[in-house]
Amino acid sequence: MLIRYITQIGRYCLMLREIFIKQTKWSVMKKLIFKEIDDLIIDSLGIVAFISFFVGGVVAIQTALNLTNPLIPKYLIGFATRQSVILEFAPTFISVIMAGKMGSFITSSIGTMRVTEQIDALEVMGVNSLNYLVFPKIIALLLYPFVIGISMFLGILGGWMAGVYGGFTSSAEFINGAQMDFIPFHIVYAFLKTLIFAMLLATIPSFHGYYMKGGALEVGKASTVSFVWTSVSIILFNYILTQLLLGS
Amino acid sequence: MIEIKDIKKSFGGVMILKGISTVFETGKTNLIIGQSGSGKTVLLKSLLGIHTPESGKICFDGRVYSELEPDEKRELRTEIGMVFQGSALFDSMTVEENVAFPLKMFTNDNKAKIKERVDFVLERVALTDAHNKLPSQISGGMQKRVAIARAIVNKPKYLFCDEPNSGLDPNTAILIDNLIKEITEEYDITTVINTHDMNSVMEIGERILFLKDGLKAWEGTKEEIFRTDNQAVVDFVYSSNLFKKVREAYLKE
Ligand SMILES: Nc1ncnc2c1ncn2[C@@H]1O[C@H](COP(=O)(O)OP(=O)(O)OP(=O)(O)O)[C@@H](O)[C@H]1O
Ligand SMILES: [Mg+2]
Repeated sequence: MLIRYITQIGRYCLMLREIFIKQTKWSVMKKLIFKEIDDLIIDSLGIVAFISFFVGGVVAIQTALNLTNPLIPKYLIGFATRQSVILEFAPTFISVIMAGKMGSFITSSIGTMRVTEQIDALEVMGVNSLNYLVFPKIIALLLYPFVIGISMFLGILGGWMAGVYGGFTSSAEFINGAQMDFIPFHIVYAFLKTLIFAMLLATIPSFHGYYMKGGALEVGKASTVSFVWTSVSIILFNYILTQLLLGS
Repeated sequence: MIEIKDIKKSFGGVMILKGISTVFETGKTNLIIGQSGSGKTVLLKSLLGIHTPESGKICFDGRVYSELEPDEKRELRTEIGMVFQGSALFDSMTVEENVAFPLKMFTNDNKAKIKERVDFVLERVALTDAHNKLPSQISGGMQKRVAIARAIVNKPKYLFCDEPNSGLDPNTAILIDNLIKEITEEYDITTVINTHDMNSVMEIGERILFLKDGLKAWEGTKEEIFRTDNQAVVDFVYSSNLFKKVREAYLKE
């Protein structure tokens, strides 16, 4: 069991190296990158915006409902919303959702190419199929922090609207809270981990699709397994990075 | 010329190829025949390096595949055209883009030149009205022809076809067989074809390798296949009455 995990991790690392040797011609690669930006980034904006806005709202309402002690100032609603959205909700929670959305898309599209021998066809022609398939995804996901930036903004906006229009706080109090004790390093921390999650999102589902065996049924299974491993890795890296960057 | 020596390949402990040696000649159509499941596809994929044989030597005009550096392997592969049994077209690309793909990847030709070449090969496989369709929008036989066009577009030195005419009507099947033979001679290609279609054997079988139970059971030309008294070959090739009669007529001559 353990040996199997270690072998898998070894293969994953070898794959990462293979992605970067023997680059595909730039004229071809350019188009692939734009296609991936469209499929992975642009296509995710809608769902990310929707979830962020409403979860931000719920965070604000929950905080407000828990502030039963009249001594606790109302600006805490804004403060709590900002902290939870920027530190955890946007980077981590959204990434786990993206492990489902982008991840299953990546695994099933690469997996289908594997079972229909399209990857073999690429290799036989002399194309580095890992570079051809995975490299454009990695480049496209360099834009992933923008997605998370939008998520942060909309999450706080959702919190503000729920707070103000739900009658839990005044606009001035919320904004006051949202600006309070702002630590710039938290933004650095959030985007740093976002970038690392982006790399996990691009490579782990690709790994599961690329090395799958079998037929159409296995493509479905591989997507599930890939979601599990991508989200587990995101959660683990989140813990490690938080300990390293904020812990000491 | 491709020389193979003592190729062995197994999957999960089951020996599929039990030591096969032969020579595939340049400028000739070399056929591999054998029952379904006899290992034709596995042999072809072992030649291409998609499967790694456990032992044996594969030599492409003096270049021993297993001794090449990764870069040299890729270089060699750009000289190879392959038609997969299931076509293996890129399903996100149109017919035209599929055929143009090897040119876009490996040549510096401009758009007009690529277009000209693509039109030319598509015409040779008798496909002139499907340029902008996706593989999912054309029939299986048309997919096969696109796959052939893609395999020959970059003028390969080695051409591998896994059942290039299965699923085609008799007319198109013969057209494809003859096309493969023509370009093999025209460009002096080393062509290896898997088939269990006896029509193809009779049409274009210049050199024939018969596989049975993971071993080379027989080898020869199409003239020899009429005269052979190897029971396994006779049983396989002349299982249909029509071919039995053809053989009898041939032997009488
Ligand atoms: N990837 C694989 N893993 C395990 N077994 C395999 C694999 N590929 C082929 N085999 C086995 O090898 C044997 C030969 O298969 P192969 O596909 O070469 O047959 P074939 O001669 O091409 O048949 P057909 O004419 O039907 O295409 C079969 O018994 C098959 O089960
Ligand atoms: Mg086969």
